[in-house]
Amino acid sequence: MIPELGHFALVMAFALALVQAVVPMVGAARNNPSMMAVARPAAQGQFFFIIFAYGCLTWAFITSDFSLQLAASNSHSDTPLMYKITGVWGNHEGSLLLWSLSLSLWTVAVTVFSRHLPEAFMARVIGVLGWVSLGFIAFMLVTSNPFDRLLPGAPEGRDLNPLLQDPGMIIHPPLLYMGYVGFSVAFAFAIAALLTGRLDAAWARWSRPWTTVAWVFLTAGIAVGSAWAYYELGWGGWWFWDPVENASFMPWLLGTALIHSLAVTEKRGAFRSWTVLLAIGAFSLSLLGTFLVRSGVITSVHAFATDPARGMFILALLVVVIGVSLLLYAWRAPKLTGGGSFGLVSRETTLLGNNVLFAVVSASVLMGTLYPLFLDALNLGKISVGPPYFEAVFVPLMTPVVVLMMFGPFLRWKDDDFGAAVRKLAPAAVASVVSGFGIALAIDHVTWRTVLGLTLAAWVVLASLQLLAGRLRERAGASVSSRLSMIPAAWWGMWLAHFGIGIFIIGVTMVGSIDSNLDLRMKDGDQTEFAGYTVRFRGVVDAPGPNYDASRATLEVSRDGKPIATLQPEKRVYRAMGMPMTEAALDIGVFRDVYVSLGEQLPEGDWIVSLHHKPFISWIWAGCIFMVLGGILAAADRRYRRLAERTAAAGALQQAT
Amino acid sequence: MKPRSKRLMLVGGGVGLLVAAVALVLSAFQQNLVFFHTPTEVLEGKAPTGKTFRIGGLVEDGSIQREADGLTVRFAITDTAKVIPVSYRGTLPDLFKEGKGAVVQGTLSPDGQFRATEVLAKHDENYMPPEAAHAVEQAQKAGATVSQ
Repeated sequence: MIPELGHFALVMAFALALVQAVVPMVGAARNNPSMMAVARPAAQGQFFFIIFAYGCLTWAFITSDFSLQLAASNSHSDTPLMYKITGVWGNHEGSLLLWSLSLSLWTVAVTVFSRHLPEAFMARVIGVLGWVSLGFIAFMLVTSNPFDRLLPGAPEGRDLNPLLQDPGMIIHPPLLYMGYVGFSVAFAFAIAALLTGRLDAAWARWSRPWTTVAWVFLTAGIAVGSAWAYYELGWGGWWFWDPVENASFMPWLLGTALIHSLAVTEKRGAFRSWTVLLAIGAFSLSLLGTFLVRSGVITSVHAFATDPARGMFILALLVVVIGVSLLLYAWRAPKLTGGGSFGLVSRETTLLGNNVLFAVVSASVLMGTLYPLFLDALNLGKISVGPPYFEAVFVPLMTPVVVLMMFGPFLRWKDDDFGAAVRKLAPAAVASVVSGFGIALAIDHVTWRTVLGLTLAAWVVLASLQLLAGRLRERAGASVSSRLSMIPAAWWGMWLAHFGIGIFIIGVTMVGSIDSNLDLRMKDGDQTEFAGYTVRFRGVVDAPGPNYDASRATLEVSRDGKPIATLQPEKRVYRAMGMPMTEAALDIGVFRDVYVSLGEQLPEGDWIVSLHHKPFISWIWAGCIFMVLGGILAAADRRYRRLAERTAAAGALQQAT
Repeated sequence: MKPRSKRLMLVGGGVGLLVAAVALVLSAFQQNLVFFHTPTEVLEGKAPTGKTFRIGGLVEDGSIQREADGLTVRFAITDTAKVIPVSYRGTLPDLFKEGKGAVVQGTLSPDGQFRATEVLAKHDENYMPPEAAHAVEQAQKAGATVSQ
């Protein structure tokens, strides 16, 4: 009964999405206030029905209702409660419902937090979001109904994919989806602005906090996903350039370009058409990401669905979204002229360079991800594009981005003196080259990659500190605390996020340069020296879990006779599917992780053990945390509310006269 | 500088940057493509020697052997028509089993032995790597035409 209620709620949500998509749009075109006023209640009603449907589905998982197809294939009565709840989105249909839920959540947030926007503009934004929602709910109802029954019901479920039974997987998909879907708000703002013909600084200001929040979610989602891959897949890698990772990374790259381009549009009125294109592009790549991961075109842990009808539906949706928005753009954009002019040496130029490079990087990742699929689809052979390609492209293209990133904040808008900027930054540049070489020598790993990485990291850290010092010197006389509090939150956001890039580069470079790995066979009592540590193997015992059987090894790690950690990696076999899983064990530290995973047992009874030493790997995620905090601060800046209110008032005045 | 020539410099610089970036991407792309071949194609001499490529198929029954160090593994990949011997040193994926699908990446040595640097197995119990499935399918198709 409960699943039928859920299905009914989904149909109701579809009906409301239709109302939300059509009525306010028509109202805005005809300037009919009562039709425009339908937008908010329709969106909020839709939210109610979707969350109800989502609750019904979760209920079926919690109560192990295996007459529901989805629960039968993705849950088990022995699955821990937490993984029953997260199992709801560990599959194609459920994750689509999560997608819709998060879209609905964003739409309601827009109705609540953007009350000050002009009514017609608001109606169009909600209307566009309604169309997107309509597409996704239709997708579910037509090709992937999460409430399909299994008759007769299965006596027991097949359990959730063991890879997904992990705390990282509890938060990774919701964060990622909040990010993906968040770009639909930026997209809706851009489309509404194109429809209204009002692409000005005010539009950029309204759109900016939403875009930044979406970017924050996406950044956090990608970081959690990467951390999960690191400790769960058992190979010690943190980024594989796997199509699924690329699927989330492409919208991130374009989204990063978008938040910077929006800054120029807001402050200087320039880059307007480009900003609109980026908003369309970032959202299209989010859809493409959903398509890549959810249609089964690529083999990966994420691709559970193998039904081509689903792929065709998302592909059609993608074509419609991109086609319609580009047509609209082609029709409206020629009207966009002007915008602030700027000199060759100015903050605008650095941001332009950043935008071009981010766009090129996204395009190259897109090519590396899609080209093999195209060849395969056209039967022209099978190829794969691996990490060497992406690394060969990514490093040289991102290096100038990092250099520009530290130049930009030192330059004034509109026009500045190149010589003065270079003189200001020269000491930091020289110091960073010296420290880059120095540290590379100290860790005895002088390759161009290591030196480049460390130099860039030092450059970011030093120039950031210089920037902060300069900012504090502006108001000489006042106390340090009052000078600190004078700095707006948005500036701190920018500073923290950029500083985070420096921390991130340190992590990536150090792990890439001096990590080490040793695979060996061990039996009880064996001891080995590895990366300055002594590792003693203390045998393997059986350790049954709730829905798996495990062999658990115990390894004692010590250094110079002092015990450091006792690590217990496991080899599990999940009972429902008989699927084996490697569960690594880590000793996490600020400057290094010691990572141990258990391979297979040899016929003689020995075990294969894989030891990893990962220097500075935590810095990768620490850098991401800085970026996320920076984004939150930037989005929380008070001036958005104040300025938005002022423009709304001015707009109302204009309309009245 | 006149505003006009400034703009020209900006546009010219942008286009130059773009051209350089595209050239970089394309050359990196060409150098790093990894082609896929079925065991039959490899034995027909269609696979490059000295260059990294992938082969896929089933791990032949009874072919897995370990060297004394326990880490170097020898096995054979078959598309049901032809067999390629493979050697690999390192940990194998959890789902690597005899009679199941696998894809290996590496180079072909002159003695006909494939030295794998990477072994990919199925992602779950029901799923076969698409390349492995493709290899078996091709071999069976070829077999069917011969017998006709």
